[in-house]
Amino acid sequence: MTPALSIRNLRKTYRNGQDALMGIDLDVAAGDFFALLGPNGAGKSTTIGILSSLVTKTAGTVRIFGHDLDRERDAAKHCLGLVPQEVNFNQFEKVIDIVLNQAGYYGIRRREALIRAEECIAQLGLWDKRDAVSRHLSGGMKRRLMIARALVHRPRLLILDEPTAGVDIEIRRSMWALLRRINGEGTTIILTTHYLEEAENLCRNIAIINHGRIVEHSDMASLLAKLEANAFILELRQPVAALPEIPGYGLELRGDRTVLATVPTELGVHGLFDALGREGIEVTSLRNAANRLEQLFVGMLETSEEST
Amino acid sequence: MSYRIAFQTILFKEIYRFLRIWPQTVLPPVVTTGLYFLIFGTVVGDRIGDMGGHRYVDYIVPGVVLMSVITNAYMNVVASFYSTKFQRNIEELLVAPVPDGVILAGYVGGGVVRGLVVGGVVLAISALFSDFCPVHPWAVAAMFVLTAMLFSLAGFLNALFANSFDDISIVPNFVLTPLVYLGGVFYSIDLLPAFWQQASRFNPILYMINAFRYGFLGVSDVPVEQAFALVGVLILALVLASLILLRRGTGLKA
Repeated sequence: MTPALSIRNLRKTYRNGQDALMGIDLDVAAGDFFALLGPNGAGKSTTIGILSSLVTKTAGTVRIFGHDLDRERDAAKHCLGLVPQEVNFNQFEKVIDIVLNQAGYYGIRRREALIRAEECIAQLGLWDKRDAVSRHLSGGMKRRLMIARALVHRPRLLILDEPTAGVDIEIRRSMWALLRRINGEGTTIILTTHYLEEAENLCRNIAIINHGRIVEHSDMASLLAKLEANAFILELRQPVAALPEIPGYGLELRGDRTVLATVPTELGVHGLFDALGREGIEVTSLRNAANRLEQLFVGMLETSEEST
Repeated sequence: MSYRIAFQTILFKEIYRFLRIWPQTVLPPVVTTGLYFLIFGTVVGDRIGDMGGHRYVDYIVPGVVLMSVITNAYMNVVASFYSTKFQRNIEELLVAPVPDGVILAGYVGGGVVRGLVVGGVVLAISALFSDFCPVHPWAVAAMFVLTAMLFSLAGFLNALFANSFDDISIVPNFVLTPLVYLGGVFYSIDLLPAFWQQASRFNPILYMINAFRYGFLGVSDVPVEQAFALVGVLILALVLASLILLRRGTGLKA
């Protein structure tokens, strides 16, 4: 099956001499929900800029559903929809006009464009705002408008650059549901995000980029399996003055009833509860101390920093 | 893939933009040029007498009309395209499969339409002060469109290179306005000393205004064929320059 995206030896050196990408290779399968992660300045936005023809590459090839971005430019562009990080529509235009004009740029006739634009606007919950001037929309609505605009030509690959940055939890959750639905309908999604919880929740495959190089490229399950230990916060029923030594586990008192527990994957959490129970310590609740992906991400970036 | 629809989309968007803000785009030149006709044509003009064998007010009509075409075509494209860059909604076009030539044609088309709309309105107002009847309508129509096209292209290039709103006002204020006023809108270069007559011949706007005036009155300070050839060559050069810069992504892509 033709991959949704195939990148080979992609390089970008900016005019100021900065090497943003140093020969990355990346494949994203059709239908995937893929996360591209990395710290600020790692090369994520440059990669997305090149894919969406907003940045000129220095070297390498990009194929979108088999269409070479250099040689089959129109076909490649037809397959791609972009939701940028920053609001980039004309804030003086009406919602419906923004989506309609985008359809026009893709050569969609006015009558068909109107049907599709209204469909996308309704799907994104903006129907009541279709005739509103876009600058009057809330932050969440502006993001949804950018998604509606990106979907109007029915792309097979949708790229979202930090779609939930700066939006509240409620909007973020509703956007996750929306993205799952779009992906479920067959659209391949590539997502960049700083919220690792978002990537862990939504994405099946992941690449981590740092200093212009891919430092990890695998499926989410295998990646999370690399975690050797999980950190949990335990809440105790009774206050304790000191914690017992339990072989294999790391325990640290964070208050008289709160404990940070490091639990090796091979030992599991049940052994810890049994051992604490034998000491007369009862655990009332447990939660992750940090997002699991975040633990891995930080570890990988540290390793990558050491090797550069 | 129909590029015609993409072209129409850009063109109609541009036309709708300047019509939506008509108090900023159409009204001011109408007021300004109306005052020119009133002051220079009627009040002062009666004392000046004839120029080039015609009443002074009749003599200045072609120049004033073309002046409004030049400034409006230029300002429409430079303001609209720079604002598109500034708000980053140029990305809507760059992401889509729209060829560079279609982007250029759409924006230049918008500038041409505004130039013609404003020029047409100014021409209608001039009819209140002057009873002109074009001697060579083909020259009027051709120079009307070609001038609008040339200055729309110039505005596009200015917007491509502009990095701030200051950059889009420098050329119109400090280059275009002096060239227009010194391009024979209000006088024949025959009135100037020999040196300034020769110097004026390096001003391309002199050729356009005179060819336009030739269409109305049948008089010109320069050979009309030369004027059309010059405008044609300049249009070709600016189209090529714009396409090369768009291909390179100058001012648009990192």
